[in-house]
Amino acid sequence: MDVASEKMLREEEALAEKNVFVTTVDKALNWARGHSFWPVTFGLACCAIEMMAAGGPRYDLSRFGWEVFRASPRQADVMIVAGTCTRKMAPLLRRIYDQMPEPKWVIAMGSCASAGGPFVDSYAMMSGVDKIVPVDVYVPGCPPRPESLIYGLLQLQFKVSNPAKVRLMRHGK
Amino acid sequence: METLYNLFETLNNLFLIIAAFIRGLFADPQSVWANLTMDVIGFIIVVVIIVLAALILILLERKVAGWTSQRPGPNRLGPRGWFQTIADALKLIGKEDVTPAGADKLIFKIAPMMIFCIPMMTLAVIPFGKGLAPANLDLGIFYFVAMSSISTVAFLMAGWGSNNKYSLLGGMRAVAQMVSYEIPLLFSLLGVVMITQSFNLGVIVEAQATIPFIVLQPLAFVIFVIAGMAELNRAPFDLVEADQEVVAGPFTEYTGLRWGLFFLGEYGNMTALSALGATVFLGGWQGPAFLPGYVWFFMKVGVFVFFMMWARWTFPRIRIDHLMHLAWKVLLPLAILNILLTGLGIYIYGFVMGG
Repeated sequence: MDVASEKMLREEEALAEKNVFVTTVDKALNWARGHSFWPVTFGLACCAIEMMAAGGPRYDLSRFGWEVFRASPRQADVMIVAGTCTRKMAPLLRRIYDQMPEPKWVIAMGSCASAGGPFVDSYAMMSGVDKIVPVDVYVPGCPPRPESLIYGLLQLQFKVSNPAKVRLMRHGK
Repeated sequence: METLYNLFETLNNLFLIIAAFIRGLFADPQSVWANLTMDVIGFIIVVVIIVLAALILILLERKVAGWTSQRPGPNRLGPRGWFQTIADALKLIGKEDVTPAGADKLIFKIAPMMIFCIPMMTLAVIPFGKGLAPANLDLGIFYFVAMSSISTVAFLMAGWGSNNKYSLLGGMRAVAQMVSYEIPLLFSLLGVVMITQSFNLGVIVEAQATIPFIVLQPLAFVIFVIAGMAELNRAPFDLVEADQEVVAGPFTEYTGLRWGLFFLGEYGNMTALSALGATVFLGGWQGPAFLPGYVWFFMKVGVFVFFMMWARWTFPRIRIDHLMHLAWKVLLPLAILNILLTGLGIYIYGFVMGG
């Protein structure tokens, strides 16, 4: 594609983003999406225990409206990869991700899901779940405390509700 | 005092006055067109009641869940979290609509609509206030139970159409459970019908001017509440959508707004059943005259709904053989015993009163 036509396409895209109808509907939808993440009931290892604790009465994920853990991936928005993902588990994880309807997000919870953690040298280990699914937020910790997970979800909420600001922060335009 | 009384009377008959005014706009107030207009208005009101009830009840459900486990529930979005349901509904509208490749597409798409239609049909015979039944049927109770039993078919359609083994299992469970619990539900209502000698819900409410039937029929009321909760597939009877066993039952393959319609239907059915319970056992719109009849009615429905939610978040799920045991070996004999006792009571009452 030559430079001129690419520039024209870019400009059209920018114009489409400024369209009144699309922007208002988009704003409303982004607001709604950011405030109602329904995670899949999907835990792999010890991080899942912390995820359950985050849903329990003490840390109470329900304050933000995110306590609706759906058993069926068809009704979920967020996949919290909570724990060690082995090579054997990887295709199943990818299948569950594929079964979720768009728009969908992934949170890599804990060091194992983020980068391999203590098992990074193992031949059975999928070091970093971002090799198979696109990860939006990484929550470090081994395992992260429920507060960390809630902070990670809040970061995701910011990302979903303000796509323009996040683009600015990442690409400076 | 006189003006106060007049004010209460006006408030009590507010909707009747509005209805009479709309009818008065026609040349002939009793013509077919006037009747048709009133029917359409009644239909719109029933739909609005269902949607509003679902919006409020979903938030209430989460708040009650929080209350039972000593946490605040949703409280970030809007004042005390009241906009949470709106955000959820908007999000569901914006989700991708997935139809599985192997699904029976027609059945898959009809099932959620059917579920949503049933509370619309059943709420039509409920008297919301004095003379405020959208359709005043002589066989009101009979019609209500017949219509609510159609939801069995809708659940089976959802389970079969999804082409998913868990969906089918859930659909089968729904059929087994709902068909079993319909019988004690209907039998528990028969005692009231025997006393009032009528299936008409308006007549039944009129008969409770002095004493609500919960006092005369306590056993029937208990059976009605238990069978009603099982009929709605709510915990402790939520085997149909038991997460640990059948993923999400018949709803497993439904996404976005299609699944939202199931949700709406569930809460609509809950409202309808609570409305029936409030009408038949708690005296419907009858109540002390300092509040209008429809306010009393909705307060009683609210108490009923709250009780159901309370029970849902308190008790663990029942096992499937215990479920069948409870329906056929406990509730059904008790319901028949209640009919027998009611008959005896009516006979003795007539004998003593010299009737």
